[in-house]
Amino acid sequence: MSLLQIENLTLYFGGLRAVENFSLELRQDETVGLIGPNGAGKSTVFNVVCGLYKPSQGTIKFNGHDLVGRHPHQITSLGIGRTFQNIRLWNELSVLDNLRIAHFSQIKYGLLDAFFLTNRLRVDEREVTEEATELLELFNLQRFWEEIPRNLSYGVQRRVEICRALVMKPQLLLLDEPAAGMNQGEIIELIDLILWIRNKFNVTVWIIEHQMRVIMGICDRIKVIDFGNTIAEGTPDEIRNNPRVIQAYLGEEVP
Amino acid sequence: MKRLAMPLVIAIVFLITVVPSWLGVYSGYYQFVLMLIGINITLTVSLNLINGYMGEFSVGHAAFMGAGAYVASIINVYLLADSNFFGQARIAPGWSILIFPISLILGGIAASLFSLLVAFPSFRTRGDYLAIITLAVNFIFKSVIENIDKIGGPRGFMGMGGVVKAMQDVINIPWVMIWVFIVMVFSIYIVRNLVSSIMGKGIVAIRDDEIAAELMTVNTRRMKVIAFMLACGLAGMAGGLHAHAVSFINPSSYFIIQSTFMLVMVYLGGMGSLSGSVISAVLFTILLELMKPLGLYRFVVIPVLFILLMLLRPSGLMGNRELSDIFPPLRKFFGTAEERISHVPASD
Repeated sequence: MSLLQIENLTLYFGGLRAVENFSLELRQDETVGLIGPNGAGKSTVFNVVCGLYKPSQGTIKFNGHDLVGRHPHQITSLGIGRTFQNIRLWNELSVLDNLRIAHFSQIKYGLLDAFFLTNRLRVDEREVTEEATELLELFNLQRFWEEIPRNLSYGVQRRVEICRALVMKPQLLLLDEPAAGMNQGEIIELIDLILWIRNKFNVTVWIIEHQMRVIMGICDRIKVIDFGNTIAEGTPDEIRNNPRVIQAYLGEEVP
Repeated sequence: MKRLAMPLVIAIVFLITVVPSWLGVYSGYYQFVLMLIGINITLTVSLNLINGYMGEFSVGHAAFMGAGAYVASIINVYLLADSNFFGQARIAPGWSILIFPISLILGGIAASLFSLLVAFPSFRTRGDYLAIITLAVNFIFKSVIENIDKIGGPRGFMGMGGVVKAMQDVINIPWVMIWVFIVMVFSIYIVRNLVSSIMGKGIVAIRDDEIAAELMTVNTRRMKVIAFMLACGLAGMAGGLHAHAVSFINPSSYFIIQSTFMLVMVYLGGMGSLSGSVISAVLFTILLELMKPLGLYRFVVIPVLFILLMLLRPSGLMGNRELSDIFPPLRKFFGTAEERISHVPASD
């Protein structure tokens, strides 16, 4: 069954074509990689899916909902969690608060409850706190709950961010270069972590990554784009040997 | 003990401010300064919600104070007092004790509707650009009032003294001060509850990283409207009280100077610290009064003091901490709002 369906997505920034005719169908429980040289428009595709940019053309359907024209918070509330290329945790709030605020769309109480600290708020916030704490424990991050993200090591911040993206109980998890800035040891851990998340939370993972080790290790399918155009699509083995991909990454051979 | 500590503090403050004023222990001037302190605390706490917690830079908060001041005064004077503006009173003065709080609330509502002029642009712009818009709103307020001749235009509006007198004729207690006290406690209570709830922390998330907030399902537009409407509504109520405390208002009372005073109090106390706001509003109001004998020179002395303060403590007196963070023993008495809401996991 298809979870996310993108058809002929095109985005112009003024005269610049950032993404052109991008089509992709993600099936439930699949892991798909999106790769391409720097500036190819990979993150832009994520941003369009999340509603940060409005596509010039094309349709995006998630679970039967049309995403084009919705606000980002509405889109992510439907069940799309994402992380960012440059970690975007809230640095002045504790790790626990980072997770709890991501519950925003699941809060059951209203504004007046927040003004007067009603019982309804207490019950709901206790539940949210327990849920967030459980999630931290699953990721073995509970000892950092009170810390400010800025003070944590890079690898831990990455894990907290992935953890936060799972708070909204996503069906689709968008990971934007999760291995950026990691050393080999951390990368191996990250691969295990993503595989574990995929099984534990039953999410479909769509990942942008430059580390081929990560991409080849976890993806069922890979899509390659360059200058906004799709240049190849297929299984890891097909991509590895595709001449156009090698050309895009390594340049043309001098005759 | 934790449940009782806060009400106890409120009761003590009530006992040392309102009760002696009622018994006539404090002179009229002291009572006036006490009212100014209460009003300034309300204003500072409300502005702190926008500038401190939400991280926007509002430099025109006085416009909303003024909107509340004018609306409440006009309603009261129209209904309750004989004045040059509207002629005879229309309702028996006995009703004044009931009409007064209603007009305060209406003033607050007017100010919070007025704040939509800033809240809507804030969806698309922020930082310096939004600051310009708040400044523009402050100018709009002043020009509009100056051009309505019916309420005195630039010459100002008065008659609130008659309203206060009407209330005191019914029962002789310091009505305005009591309402200042109530509004002050109410605003601290509401703002504190809001910013310690998960919903309200969405406002802090906007300050830290708005895009991340939006993508983590926080309805940023809704939270911005809530923050602006709440903060400006409270400022409007404080304005209504201010008008009745001073009994003469003109458009320049609610212009850049007043906005600047509020900003100074917020930054003096520390952005995102409610106890800091309370402390700085008290200190600043007293400082301004103490410097009165210096005449115009106080506007030289006070800024110099602030330059020194910013050199020595760049993030204000309290930074973004609360009193209980600085003096941990206080936590025994005043558990954080956090603790009152939910248990938090034990640290190891």
